[in-house]
Amino acid sequence: METLYLIAGMALVTFIARYLMFGVARYVAFPRRLVRTLRYMPPAVLTAIIVPAVLMPAGQAVSLSYSNAYLVGGLAAFCVGWLSRNIWLTLPLGLLAFWGWQWLVGI
Amino acid sequence: MRSAIVQAADNQGVRPASSARTEFLAGVRETAPLIVGAIPFGIVYGTLAGTTGLSLMSIVAMSALVFAGSAQFIAVGLLLAAGMNWPLIVLITLVVNLRHIFYGAALAPHLRFLPLRWQIPLAFWLTDETFAVVSNRYNRTGDPLQLRWHYLGSAIFAYASWQILTVLGVTAGQLVPRVASWGLDFAMPVTFIALLIPHLKNSPMVASALVSGGVVLLAAPLPHKLDLLVATLAGAGAGIVVETLLTRKDG
Repeated sequence: METLYLIAGMALVTFIARYLMFGVARYVAFPRRLVRTLRYMPPAVLTAIIVPAVLMPAGQAVSLSYSNAYLVGGLAAFCVGWLSRNIWLTLPLGLLAFWGWQWLVGI
Repeated sequence: MRSAIVQAADNQGVRPASSARTEFLAGVRETAPLIVGAIPFGIVYGTLAGTTGLSLMSIVAMSALVFAGSAQFIAVGLLLAAGMNWPLIVLITLVVNLRHIFYGAALAPHLRFLPLRWQIPLAFWLTDETFAVVSNRYNRTGDPLQLRWHYLGSAIFAYASWQILTVLGVTAGQLVPRVASWGLDFAMPVTFIALLIPHLKNSPMVASALVSGGVVLLAAPLPHKLDLLVATLAGAGAGIVVETLLTRKDG
C-alpha cells in the first residue's frame, strides 16, 4: 500500500511541476521580456547540471586534478561536439575518453 | 492565436514549410542519439531499483507513471538509505522536479494555443532531454502549427526508451557484476554536454551558460538541486542582460 502512495505521489507532484506553466499560459499571456528571458534557460540549466557532475564527481570538493576522469572526459566531449557538431560522435567519443582516462590514471 | 498564425502565413502566401510527419521524424532523430547516454544510466538505475525490494511491477509502474529519471534515481537512493518513507520521497521528488516549472514556462508561449488533449500528454512527457531538443527546434524557424509534432516525436521516443531500459536494468542489470562501480554516471553529463552545444550560438547564450556554471559552484552547498534552480535563474538573467546591452549598442 505504501508503494502505491509513493508512486502515485511522485507521479502527481511531477505532473503538476510539468503542467503548471502550460496551464497558466492558457489564461495569462507572458510579458514579452519574460518570454525573451526564458529563451536563455536551456544553456543555463544544462550547464548547471554539467558543471557539478564533472568538477565535483565525489559530491563535495571541486577537483581540477588531471586524475579527475569526469573533467577530462567532459572536456573531450565538449571539444568533439564543438568541432564536429555531431551528437553521434560526441557521446561515444566522450564516453570512450572518460573510460580510457579512468583506466590510464588507474594503473 | 492559432488563427492569427494561419492568417499571417496566408497573408505572406507561404505554405507550411514542414509537415506533421517530417516534424515528428525530426523529433525522433534529434532525440535518438541520447540513447547512447541513456543506456548506461537506465541499466544502473534498474540495477539499483532491483535491490530496493520493490517488485518488478512497481518499478515498471514508477517509470511509466512518473517518467523522471533523476527523481527516480534519488527516490531509489532514499529507499535504500532510509527505507519506505513515502511522504519524504514525494516531497524531495517535488523539489528535484521544480526545474520542470521553468521548462514549462519556456515552452508554454509556443504551446499555449494547443488544446488540452495535446497539452496534457506533452506536459506529462516533459523531460530535460525533450526540453533541450524541442527548445532548440523552436529557436530555429519552423511552422508553429507543426512544431507540436516535433515535441511528440521526441517525447514518445524518450518515453519508450526509458520503459525498455528500466526493464533491461532490473532484469539484465543484475547479471553484470558491480555495474554501479563502473563510473557509468558519466553518461549523464556527457549527454547534457551534447545537448548544450547546439544552444551556444550567440553571446547571450554563452553568457547564460558561463554565469550559470559559475553560480552553480557557489551555490553547491544548497541541498536537493536548489543550486540548480538558483544557477538557472542567474544564467537566464545574464542572457537577457547581455542581449539588452548588445541591442543598445547596435541601436
